Amino acid sequence: MASSLLSFASASPLALLDPLKVNPRIGASTFLGKNFIKAKPFTRTSMSVAVEVSKFNELTMAPPDPILGVSEAFRADTHEMKLNLGVGAYRTEDLQPYVLDVVKKAENLMLERGENKEYLPIEGLAAFNKATAELLFGAESVVLQQQRVATVQGLSGTGSLRLAAVLIERYFPGAKVLISAPTWGNHKNIFNDAGVPWSEYRYYDPKTVGLDFDGMISDIKAAPAGSFVLLHGCAHNPTGIDPTPEQWEVIADVIQEKNHIPFFDVAYQGFASGSLDEDASSVRLFADRGMELLVAQSYSKNLGLYSERIGAINVVCSSSEVAQRVKSQLKRIARPMYSNPPIHGARIVANVVGSPDLFNEWKEEMAVMAGRIKSVRKKLYDSITEKEKTSKDWSFILKQIGMFSFTGLNKAQSENMTSKWHVYMTKDGRISLAGLSAAKCDYLADAIIDSYHYVS
Amino acid sequence: MAHLIQAGSSCRLAYSGAARSMSTAWWRHVEPAAKDPILGVTEAFLADPSPAKVNVGVGAYRDDNGKPVVLACVREAERRIAGNSNMEYLPMGGSVNMVQETLKLAYGEDSDLIKDKRIAAVQALSGTGACRLFADFQKRFSPDSQIYIPVPTWSNHHNIWRDAHVPQRTFHYYHPESKGLDFAGLMDDVKNAPNGSFFLLHACAHNPTGVDPTEEQWKEISYQFKVKGHFALFDMAYQGFASGDPERDAKSIRIFLEDGHLIGCAQSYAKNMGLYGQRVGCLSVVCEDEKQAVAVKSQLQQLARPMYSNPPVHGALIVSTILSDPDLKKLWLKEVKGMADRIIGMRTALQQNLEKLGSPLSWEHITKQIGMFCYSGMTPEQVDRLTNEFHIYMTRNGRISMAGVTTGNVGYLANAIHEVTKSG
Repeated sequence: MASSLLSFASASPLALLDPLKVNPRIGASTFLGKNFIKAKPFTRTSMSVAVEVSKFNELTMAPPDPILGVSEAFRADTHEMKLNLGVGAYRTEDLQPYVLDVVKKAENLMLERGENKEYLPIEGLAAFNKATAELLFGAESVVLQQQRVATVQGLSGTGSLRLAAVLIERYFPGAKVLISAPTWGNHKNIFNDAGVPWSEYRYYDPKTVGLDFDGMISDIKAAPAGSFVLLHGCAHNPTGIDPTPEQWEVIADVIQEKNHIPFFDVAYQGFASGSLDEDASSVRLFADRGMELLVAQSYSKNLGLYSERIGAINVVCSSSEVAQRVKSQLKRIARPMYSNPPIHGARIVANVVGSPDLFNEWKEEMAVMAGRIKSVRKKLYDSITEKEKTSKDWSFILKQIGMFSFTGLNKAQSENMTSKWHVYMTKDGRISLAGLSAAKCDYLADAIIDSYHYVS
Repeated sequence: MAHLIQAGSSCRLAYSGAARSMSTAWWRHVEPAAKDPILGVTEAFLADPSPAKVNVGVGAYRDDNGKPVVLACVREAERRIAGNSNMEYLPMGGSVNMVQETLKLAYGEDSDLIKDKRIAAVQALSGTGACRLFADFQKRFSPDSQIYIPVPTWSNHHNIWRDAHVPQRTFHYYHPESKGLDFAGLMDDVKNAPNGSFFLLHACAHNPTGVDPTEEQWKEISYQFKVKGHFALFDMAYQGFASGDPERDAKSIRIFLEDGHLIGCAQSYAKNMGLYGQRVGCLSVVCEDEKQAVAVKSQLQQLARPMYSNPPVHGALIVSTILSDPDLKKLWLKEVKGMADRIIGMRTALQQNLEKLGSPLSWEHITKQIGMFCYSGMTPEQVDRLTNEFHIYMTRNGRISMAGVTTGNVGYLANAIHEVTKSG
């Protein structure tokens, strides 16, 4: 359609487009077909030209995002028992969003100080970058003492992953990223849009609803040397299934053997076990081996700063000089994307981590959040086991960790959860335990039992 | 082992794994990136210990004491929102409220386009993010297109379309001899571009020159765009900041809209609301009808999702709090006018100082140009002298950020400029 208009336009541009000539046929529905049916003549003058055909006429509606689209559908549902187990945003027992006390305190401090809103440097707030690297690697870590880490503030986990993806595309053209099957839905989009090829390594074993460790190791070994291996630091999304410490050692061995590069996505530090240090142990294991690695961090969940978009990309390099260069290139990627990152979330994190009182309070609040999730897992497990009439083993609910649980429900069963029970979740069978209250465990157990046993 | 100095082909050599030593050499081939020409200036300024130093580099507003300013309306908005809003993810398209208010600013309070829901609009990461979203969108949905960029322009425009893999062309804009607009050259380039080309236009207060077309010239440009079927993307980073009146500063856009153009518009609150570090802006694309606008918006969101998922809330909340409260909005308009007036005052002062010093050159362009920047006409060598001898920091294209000029430093600045330019 657009091309036919263009050819017409070049044939007799003035006849059509000269505002001084009134063309009575402009605006009529048959003239040049559908593009003018809905055109409204502009009010100013009768001689003004009919509306142009959009250059973007051909494009179609994008599909709704599988994760964020769930919340939209939930909001539209009016059923009283509806339950939103879609997006991974923490809820209190009353199923209310939760702003951490330390965050409120930090914001009030910031308000009192009356800080300005000047541009951050491209790499972000220095105090934040320092704090985030220390949180991740440990303040005493050798990689920090040797200044071998390039840390750049990013737009939460997504933005940090994207910076790294572009770095990979630019400096390792053709290198592949191996991602777990399954993984967070947006990982693929990020690598696709950055032009980085990816392939999957086996991860989830539906038979055990646990880790397919042999498959994982085998696939990592089979990949071309020098591939990037995307690993979830803790609380794997969407399955909730993490390797054990022993398994992490083997994974590190294989990665070193194959000269692969580990690339950690750490979106739940502190949120998984309740301990910041424990949840960083996989990353630290790799860093302690002297390996170069990438780590993307997010404060969306553990500090509840979802909408502030605060995170970081860290690249551990072989020397501080290389780290400087890598940092400069990360900045060069960020500048044409958004120039410099948003300040508010960075300041909150820096204030919380930088004050011993607030930091301790944060650790307590995080323990409460992680604790609530653990207890709700237990309650759900107990409810399901009570109702379960067969020998089906649901103990994986207790073994999994973090905000999410892979229920093992397939697409049809997940859809049943929504259509019959008004339980909103993603079609891969993932539920967000952060959105579950103890009070609703029983209802959810009914829904899961029904969907698992009576829908195929 | 191969020394991986160059990215690209030598990368493949090492990537084959053959020569690479274990786990230690991944990044050796990464070269240091050049400093950003604009943001690098501030870095250098901060590093300078001289008490006389003056920063007229980056375009961030300063008060007459050379201090950053947080607007009173912004402080009040922040007070209202502190601690009591949850921080749930915004939708991918950002704050609906903020976007609606922002569209009114660009398109007019009573815009039919808004009423008819014909504008696809999403919150963006300030002006940069809005331009980048558009560039990526253009690449995806008009893959054979190029972007015509004025000469000169904000340097980051080139980076944005380059990283979006959209080929760039330039069009004449600045006329060095007159230090004004090369209107004939501009119109020639518009006419000679293939039909249906994409053009980047600065809506007001052109960065870095401060040279804007007149209303009559905008009308001619719009007409010629109609003839050629060109697409106009307006980058509006200074609405309100140029003349002091946001309605007046949007005149170029309104002229195009009256002529029926389906434009794109990138807006930023960095300068006019002083929200620099908050990264608040908006990208809008005018469509033929509501259905198309919904489709375009969904595709813009699709581009944002793998870049940052959803935009930051804090700045957006500030904007919508201010713009939806009549009193706060009035206060904002007053404060914006205050900033614009101070800058206009400094332009006058700088020009007068130079004339008083007996400069052999004409400095009329200082007051003819508009907005935050003055394209002084100085050469890179003269700028280097300003920096090295006088500790005056600015970009090497001779662009002076008038926002950094104060009654306290205008004399010193004039003197220094006179020193480096007096021999012609």
